[in-house]
Amino acid sequence: MKFWSKVFAIARKDTLSELRSREILSSVLMFALLVIVIYEFAFGGDPDTIKTVAPGMLWTTFVFAGMLSLNRAFIPEKEQGCLEGLMICPVSREAIYAGKAISSLLFMLIIEAIGLIAFTVLFNLPVISLPVITITVFTTIGFVAVGTLFSALSVNTKAREMVLPILFLPIVIPIIIGAVNATQAALASGSFSDVGSWLQIIIAFDVIFSVVSFLTFDFIVVE
Amino acid sequence: MKKITLAILGLVLMLVDLYLVFNWVPVLQNNDGTVNLEQKILYLMIPTAWLAMLAFVITAICGIAFLAKKNEKWDVFAQSSAEVGIVFTTLACAVGAIWAKPAWGVWWDFGTPRLTTTLILWFIFLAYLLVRGLASEAYRGAVFASVVAIIGLADIPLIILSTTLWGNVSTMHPKEIVFQGGLDPKQGMLVGISVTTFTILFVWLLLLIDSIKRDEIELKRLKELNQA
Repeated sequence: MKFWSKVFAIARKDTLSELRSREILSSVLMFALLVIVIYEFAFGGDPDTIKTVAPGMLWTTFVFAGMLSLNRAFIPEKEQGCLEGLMICPVSREAIYAGKAISSLLFMLIIEAIGLIAFTVLFNLPVISLPVITITVFTTIGFVAVGTLFSALSVNTKAREMVLPILFLPIVIPIIIGAVNATQAALASGSFSDVGSWLQIIIAFDVIFSVVSFLTFDFIVVE
Repeated sequence: MKKITLAILGLVLMLVDLYLVFNWVPVLQNNDGTVNLEQKILYLMIPTAWLAMLAFVITAICGIAFLAKKNEKWDVFAQSSAEVGIVFTTLACAVGAIWAKPAWGVWWDFGTPRLTTTLILWFIFLAYLLVRGLASEAYRGAVFASVVAIIGLADIPLIILSTTLWGNVSTMHPKEIVFQGGLDPKQGMLVGISVTTFTILFVWLLLLIDSIKRDEIELKRLKELNQA
């Protein structure tokens, strides 16, 4: 089998098992919606305030939801001994990383799509626009690239779920800064022109961390 | 014996540096004619911030060397550099905050790229040191820590870029002054002397901690031999 067919086989396995258990999607989605509702009360529901803090709300929701879902990327594998099975398979570690990253990306994008709809409906914000969707997709790629690596790392530590946030959050600060500011610009003008420089940082993050994570994953999953 | 030489050299230079800071370098005046004494913090600020960055780069490069060669000595050196580095990073944040208060009236300003960058670096250092202890076995902890350091190193340019774009660059931090020759020649020279002095202190501490760690490992090995 070629590299990419192995990658897609692993991603397909994850998607299938998620479709049958609905472990990640149902709980993370519920969590994301709850966070959105809590924000409504935390910020008092004033439309002007909501408009000012909207980019921050959007991205904190996605970061926390993403962390929850990334944590689940490797924990069931570890608990059920599937990770050992995967490593016995005649596939490279890089293929495992890429497959896991693709399935995590898919889950996060589904959650974000529903999150964006919830934002539109509950706060009357024009977040379903081409610039915001582009920003969301590219930012999520960066999140997942780093998150998959750190998820695999934290599942092998004593504290598991506790480890991912302390590793993941400092590293993704640049892309969060980029995403929040790009979203702010996009919400203010509704066009691509002001988003440019922030989107460049986001894409640079995506490229750098896809490559670095891809190369270092090999060391993380040694048994 | 080179550690002793470094220690003595560091001590002498530190005393000379202190003398120069307080008795030689010209004191700046504010626009209203008062004396800007707090500006002297500059000679502590720049060395600590520089060493924070240097320590991180050393940690990450030794991390790469460890992953490539699987030789424990690289990991011990990386760890030593991180331990000294976090002291200097904490100092840089603290000194920055102490200077910010008289200069701008606030302890902290997130619009200042260099302060924010140092703070994020501090978090990555902490993650590096924490993850080692959380791994189930020592070797694995070393591998995990090295990976965190490498990811952190790759992140530094992006952190600098994004905090710079985000912050109000034109306002507070006087970054251009240092790098565009806005300093008095005496001040510029003293910055150089301070950086050299603190770098010598850093190297001495680094070598000291590295040798302590090596001795610890050797002692542990001997104890295990004794029991077996």
